[in-house]
Amino acid sequence: MAEASAAKPFYSALLLAFVCSLLVAGAAVKLRPLQEANRLLDQKKNILYAAGLYREGKSVEELFASIETRVVELASGRYVPAEEIDPASYRQLKAALREDGGHPLDSKVDIAGMRRLEKYSLVYLVKHGEQLEQIILPVRGKGLWSTMYAYVAVAGDLSTIRGVSFYEHGETPGLGGEIENRRWNEGWQGKRLYNPEGEMELKVIKGKVVASGDQAFYQIDGLSGATLTSKGVSNLLEFWFGDHGFKPYFRQLQKRDNSNG
Amino acid sequence: MAETRAELFLRPIFKRNPIALLVLGICSSLAVTGQMSTAFVMSVCVTLVVAFSSLIISIVRFQIPSSVRIGIQITVIATLVILVDQILKAYSFELSKKLSIYVGLIITNCIVMGRAEGYAMSNPPIASFIDGIGNGLGYGFILMAVAFVRELLGAGTLFGFEVLPLVSQGGWYVRNGLLVLPASAFFLIALLIWLLRSIDPEQQEKS
Repeated sequence: MAEASAAKPFYSALLLAFVCSLLVAGAAVKLRPLQEANRLLDQKKNILYAAGLYREGKSVEELFASIETRVVELASGRYVPAEEIDPASYRQLKAALREDGGHPLDSKVDIAGMRRLEKYSLVYLVKHGEQLEQIILPVRGKGLWSTMYAYVAVAGDLSTIRGVSFYEHGETPGLGGEIENRRWNEGWQGKRLYNPEGEMELKVIKGKVVASGDQAFYQIDGLSGATLTSKGVSNLLEFWFGDHGFKPYFRQLQKRDNSNG
Repeated sequence: MAETRAELFLRPIFKRNPIALLVLGICSSLAVTGQMSTAFVMSVCVTLVVAFSSLIISIVRFQIPSSVRIGIQITVIATLVILVDQILKAYSFELSKKLSIYVGLIITNCIVMGRAEGYAMSNPPIASFIDGIGNGLGYGFILMAVAFVRELLGAGTLFGFEVLPLVSQGGWYVRNGLLVLPASAFFLIALLIWLLRSIDPEQQEKS
């Protein structure tokens, strides 16, 4: 095992790196379709979870069949007809990165730290007959380490939270990672996004919410040991339910309601 | 070395358990032992990674220049771990979400490195492979034992099936909250080490 030459370590390391990278790249490419399918299924499951419709043991696809998926233009809040953009194949996050599908965000506006925002967003509607029962909206924003992705279910009054589910993030397990905690998620139910003046009010506070306080409707328990993650959650709420997020869409829905009634 | 293969295989499970005697790989055994199913998948993954990394490293051990051997070992191990991670993501998404960071941490699991450096570098491939499987199972054995106690007494279930009906669901069992927390594994591992060393006094450290 005598050292043949000083260059040998380089050759062996290079050769090994090459073989290993081939293996890893091969596996990543080969398994991608399966992983992609899993990810979509997981997203559907989280949409159902946020809406409180998830049932253990039932097929996700079956449960999801009752949910209507639409595409909304964020700036105007109008629905985009399915002939223009097919909700089933529209990939929101990819669109945000494309030149024609998204636009860069000004740093003053970009409180959720996303840099780019898509023009169109998917929304998921749960209807009871003609009555809109709840809307599940995809939101995201930067936490401490990572972008956190979640679905927020809003009731038909367009302010009360019905549920939430964070489905992808890279926050510290046990601290910021607790945004996944189902018990914490349950604490969101019944909270309100907007105050009577119509301003976005809901945020994650530090410490526990005082249940009798007059602000209790607009406050969510903080996560201990995760100040920056909590702040990130507040910011993403503020962004997505503000003027650059879904507020124009909510306005459109209200207008439609009024003209109907 | 005058060891039969059976010895090679069985020794790391009881006689020279990587967790109980060598006290390696404690970090992941705290993290994934809350439920039997995660502990089981973690054991399988670690066993596969240790066995194959030992095998591969043993095959090429004469080609590895000693100046870069640790780097090469880590590269082999990391490649295997990424493969395991990719396969889990494709075929068992739920579990991969639960295990996500811990699978990545197999790379730094001291057992894998320890076997590669301590055994595979100086022994033939088949023996290294068996040694790897033995050590993986030894790790798995402790993991499953700890997870058994933690899941049974902490959540009243085993592999997710209800064994002790919880008070909160109308049963009679008040669950032990301490066992849900990772730190409780420290106590359980300590008890296991005590047990193993009482059965087999040879494992006791000389004072």
